[in-house]
Amino acid sequence: MSWALPKEVEEKVDSLVGRYPQPRSAVVMVLHALQEHFGCISPEAIEWTARKLGLRPINVLELVTFYPMFRREPFGRFHLRICRTLSCALAGSHQLHRHICERLGLNPEKPGPQTSADGLFTVEFVECLASCGTAPVIMCNETQHEQMTIEQVDKLLDECRCKCRTERQGGLAAEHGFEP
Amino acid sequence: MPSERHLILKNIRKPGYSTDIECYLRHGGYQALRKALALQPVAQPDGTAIGPKEQIRREVEISGLRGRGGAGFSCGMKWSLVDRKSGKPIYLVCNADESEPGTFKDRQIIHRDPHQLIEGMIIACYANDVHLAFIYIRGEFIEGARILERALEEARAAGFLGRNILGTGYDLDIYIHRGAGAYICGEETGLIESLEGKRPYPRIKPPYFPAVLGLYQCPTIVNNVETLCAVKHIVDMGGAEYARLGTPDNTGTRLVCISGHVKRPGCYEIEVGKVTFRDLIFDEAFGGGLHDARQLKAIIPGGVSAKVFRAGEKVRVTKRAADGKMFETEMDVLDLPYDFTSVSAAGSMSGSGAIIVLDDSADMVEVLANISEFFAHESCGQCTPCREGSLWMAKILRRLAKGNGQPADLALLLSVADQIPGGRTICAFGEACSWPVQSLLVKFGDEFRAKVQATADKRPDRAFAEVQ
Ligand SMILES: Cc1cc2nc3c(=O)[nH]c(=O)nc-3n(C[C@H](O)[C@H](O)[C@H](O)COP(=O)(O)O)c2cc1C
Ligand code: SF4
Ligand code: FES
Repeated sequence: MSWALPKEVEEKVDSLVGRYPQPRSAVVMVLHALQEHFGCISPEAIEWTARKLGLRPINVLELVTFYPMFRREPFGRFHLRICRTLSCALAGSHQLHRHICERLGLNPEKPGPQTSADGLFTVEFVECLASCGTAPVIMCNETQHEQMTIEQVDKLLDECRCKCRTERQGGLAAEHGFEP
Repeated sequence: MPSERHLILKNIRKPGYSTDIECYLRHGGYQALRKALALQPVAQPDGTAIGPKEQIRREVEISGLRGRGGAGFSCGMKWSLVDRKSGKPIYLVCNADESEPGTFKDRQIIHRDPHQLIEGMIIACYANDVHLAFIYIRGEFIEGARILERALEEARAAGFLGRNILGTGYDLDIYIHRGAGAYICGEETGLIESLEGKRPYPRIKPPYFPAVLGLYQCPTIVNNVETLCAVKHIVDMGGAEYARLGTPDNTGTRLVCISGHVKRPGCYEIEVGKVTFRDLIFDEAFGGGLHDARQLKAIIPGGVSAKVFRAGEKVRVTKRAADGKMFETEMDVLDLPYDFTSVSAAGSMSGSGAIIVLDDSADMVEVLANISEFFAHESCGQCTPCREGSLWMAKILRRLAKGNGQPADLALLLSVADQIPGGRTICAFGEACSWPVQSLLVKFGDEFRAKVQATADKRPDRAFAEVQ
């Protein structure tokens, strides 16, 4: 499969680059845009970004490997970020993490992000999400869920599954790479 | 009766208040900017004149405003250090990285009152001759970045941003720049490197003081979100009036984030120095006390980087008497006023305004293991003592917490913690990662020793090789 960037994304990238006195400054913003579109940062995306900004690929790769938010493999349809840090830990975030992992057949002791066998969920412990007053917090894709309990987590997982089923009927399954 | 004092949260707390510009304008928004832009040069007795920009900078100096990002450095002083003679452009960056664990105040402003921040920023930029500014927002604030983008567009459409702002001939653009999940981007020189498109490795000071050699080697001001909002209120009410709030070295209002074991965790705005830890933790207007039948055990006073206080601890602070003389006094830590000076006099810091309350259900070994895990994950890796030390501390604490520790571990832990700070690292992260370890080991040493002893009792035959 050849690597191609739709015109809208390239236009967005161009407008981002135009904000900065030096194109190199745009690199993280460009990587965000590419990851949003492709789901992860591939070697092609790194090459393309480097060419676009007049950098060497290593200048881009070293950022992809440094920043925790960039990933080089696609994640599941639902990305669950569970806050690991103190205020959330005091409010039980580690129990929530364990519960989620067990429900999805993942190993709660394993460090780093893990994706469930059906490819639906990627679960990850992250550091303080700046919402400690409403601990424990979990981000599901871009939405933040506060003061979570085991019951609410179960509901969230069910809702995600449910949403996915409706999406499949709408023909989005192929787009997300799901087998019926 | 201690109570909140709202300046920054004034509108946010109003029912029905929304983030769109019409709502902000209805609540008096952008009046401070209009006032700032309408200032005229003031003639001095010696025949010279003070320009409008310098007038604003003086008001900020008079206000006594101290930075709300962590260090509490005087904002007026920071601005006065900017190199205005280099001929290079001056940049301003709003630090919206908000990643110090326990801190969630900037989020309130960004999510609920973005125009307040933008107005403060425009004024700060005008006062410092800045024509291009950035808001560096942490990557996880996806919704926050969207809200700010929209607010910036509204401000542009209304003529508060862009070319020839409100017909004054002043040009300014502000852009959002998103981070991607690294705590060290909050450190101002790491932030600048990140904004230049490099790894966010903090720079060595000297020579890289941002006021002289910042973004693209140009003079740069880095201010926290809350600091920039305060600038708006200073222009609104005048620096002297602002300085009447709070206490002489700790003026104005401040957002305090209370989390952990209290009934009412949340973000509260106080007059600096007028409220004590006791008020913040126990009063109904703030934390509302501990959960039923629980006892206070410890207070983390300024984000997890701060040295911890033990409940019942007596602290020595210097105070100013009514006749102006300074005297030393001893008090219970709960009676300490919450301000930069008092908390640092008591041996810790109020940092980013984040108080984490721990009751007697907290296992201090687990608490410290959690904190150290954070630092081990977030060290940028440039300096050997910080990179290796933070990881060693986390590893030792992990095995202690799991009941695999051994007697020598405590001395080892302390020795590692003692070898990181003291100018051996490029940035203050080095200090930040060792302070919690040093303070918890001293103040809760019994708990650590008991944990090790329990392990030894259970497994007297255990060999060192087993430890992992
Ligand atoms: C490790 C480290 C992390 C920091 N994180 C933040 C942060 O998340 N937000 C912030 O405003 N300041 C942070 N700071 C402080 C900044 O370096 C800088 O002092 C501050 O943004 C200046 O703004 P102010 O003068 O308005 O407080 C951090 C400092 C260090 C050493
Ligand atoms: S002290 Fe730590 S975080 Fe700071 S520059 Fe050195 S290695 Fe990086
Ligand atoms: S500790 Fe979880 S949001 Fe801060």
